[in-house]
Amino acid sequence: MERLLRNRWALVVALALILAALPLVFPSNYYFRVAALVNIFALAAIGLNLLMGYAGQVSLGHAGFMGIGAYAVAIGASRFGLNGAVAMLAGAAMAGLLAFLVGRPILRLKGHYLAVATLGLGLLISMVLTNEAGWTGGPDGMAVPRLELFGTRLRGPDTWYMITAGALVLGVILALNLIESPTGRAMRAIHDSEIAARVVGVDVAAYKLKIFVISAVYASIAGSLMAFLNGHITPDGTAGFLRSVELVTMVVLGGLGSVLGAIVGAAMLVILPQALTIFHEYEHLLLGLIIMASMILLPRGVIPSLLARLRGGGA
Amino acid sequence: MSTLLETENLSIAFGGITAVDQVSLAVAPGQIHSIIGPNGAGKTTLFNLISGLYQPSSGRVKLAGEEVTGLPPEQLARRGLSRSFQNLQIFFRMSAVENVMVGCHRHERTGILSHLLALPNVRAENRNSREIAMAQLARVGLADLAEKEAGSLSYGALKRLEIARALATEPRILLLDEPAAGCNPVETEEIDRVIHDVAKAGIAILLVEHDMRLVMRISDEITVLERGRKLVSGKPEAVREDPRVIAAYLGTFGSEEANRA
Repeated sequence: MERLLRNRWALVVALALILAALPLVFPSNYYFRVAALVNIFALAAIGLNLLMGYAGQVSLGHAGFMGIGAYAVAIGASRFGLNGAVAMLAGAAMAGLLAFLVGRPILRLKGHYLAVATLGLGLLISMVLTNEAGWTGGPDGMAVPRLELFGTRLRGPDTWYMITAGALVLGVILALNLIESPTGRAMRAIHDSEIAARVVGVDVAAYKLKIFVISAVYASIAGSLMAFLNGHITPDGTAGFLRSVELVTMVVLGGLGSVLGAIVGAAMLVILPQALTIFHEYEHLLLGLIIMASMILLPRGVIPSLLARLRGGGA
Repeated sequence: MSTLLETENLSIAFGGITAVDQVSLAVAPGQIHSIIGPNGAGKTTLFNLISGLYQPSSGRVKLAGEEVTGLPPEQLARRGLSRSFQNLQIFFRMSAVENVMVGCHRHERTGILSHLLALPNVRAENRNSREIAMAQLARVGLADLAEKEAGSLSYGALKRLEIARALATEPRILLLDEPAAGCNPVETEEIDRVIHDVAKAGIAILLVEHDMRLVMRISDEITVLERGRKLVSGKPEAVREDPRVIAAYLGTFGSEEANRA
């Protein structure tokens, strides 16, 4: 079992099979919608986990990059007449460029200081989206034109479930490839000892920047997909501070440094609030309790703690 | 014998205290040059200056005739200087062989896009780095532990793992900061063997070590530091007999006794 979880191709195949099989048991469109949201947030969480769990750098502003991706497809299609797919790629490029420009100065900071600096970046993006009402519709948000590919309009949660599932599998493959590459070893090394990485020739600043850019692109693509799925976006719903906190929670809850953990964390934080609505006013209380209990019982995150148990070492 | 590493009047002051004061020394390829001295003599600070972790207040460092003063450690590594640490700096969450593979980094040429796509050239490079890393692990006697998570290895094994990682960069000079500290006699023996083996391969070695028997046995040259200054420099036999060295060591010993009384 542990070997299976550690083999990257076993993980990819298992994930693809599960994602392909789920529609067979989904009774309604509502399930497709929630599952599509899980896929989207899992994608963003995987990107953030590369930064936090592997390279060891926190970002409390990552939803800002989701916002860029979301508004890129909305504005690109409605104001510039771009095809949605092209607008999505343009958004990813813009998010990457912004991360590149901002990353160099802020990634010099460490720990809490980096956290506050990235928080500021997220707030800034969210403010721009709220205030530039002429472009973005302001706090009420804007409609997202439907994506048209090869002459067909893509609509319906079932269609977007399949698309986001494909994007998630692709995102997992790219992340796993990266982790097992020279770049992956360099970023994992940086997490444990920057000084040791430097004396064997790893350019620490350059690698932090690369990973920051990659994680921003993951978030931007996720933001674009969310815009297409929902058909309407707001600054708070895409780039808001609470979204950023949600992304960090997914990564930590599921397991820092675990691709599968990011998916599990995203699934928990998307599904639980939906499932807990049956408890009406106790919904938030229960969600909080479950998150606390999960962190106490599985302190290294769901997946790493369970793996440690399987290995027989305790959590 | 040509000089590989040379320091000229290297100094650094921290808020008025001169931790390393006008130290000049030279190491040739294949030579084992030890730095000894009482605690606080500035040995590790000197290492941090040479390896680019600290910027000197004055003085110069030359590597193979080229001035490298003030270059950051990653650039020094690319020019052939690597080091180990007194207090271990290990990538604990990676396996032993992966730790050493990070040392291969400066020889890896594939780009980040090919890494994301796991192109065939990346897979070939991964295999190549793994082979080099396994060879270095074998060189320090850790081949059996290659797949173990570094966090689970013994202290003595980690000391050698750091040496293997530094060797994977294919250095021309290796700085070893107390490689035998905390090691049992068997492990010290093993470190002794590794250092000799590395020097025989033509790599220059600068060594800081407290185990005097080890130092006297393996050094070609010894520099004694006291309060940041170079006290004596010479062959082990000459240094051992030097009255200034004896006084320095006895002096600290004496003052410790005085403190206790």
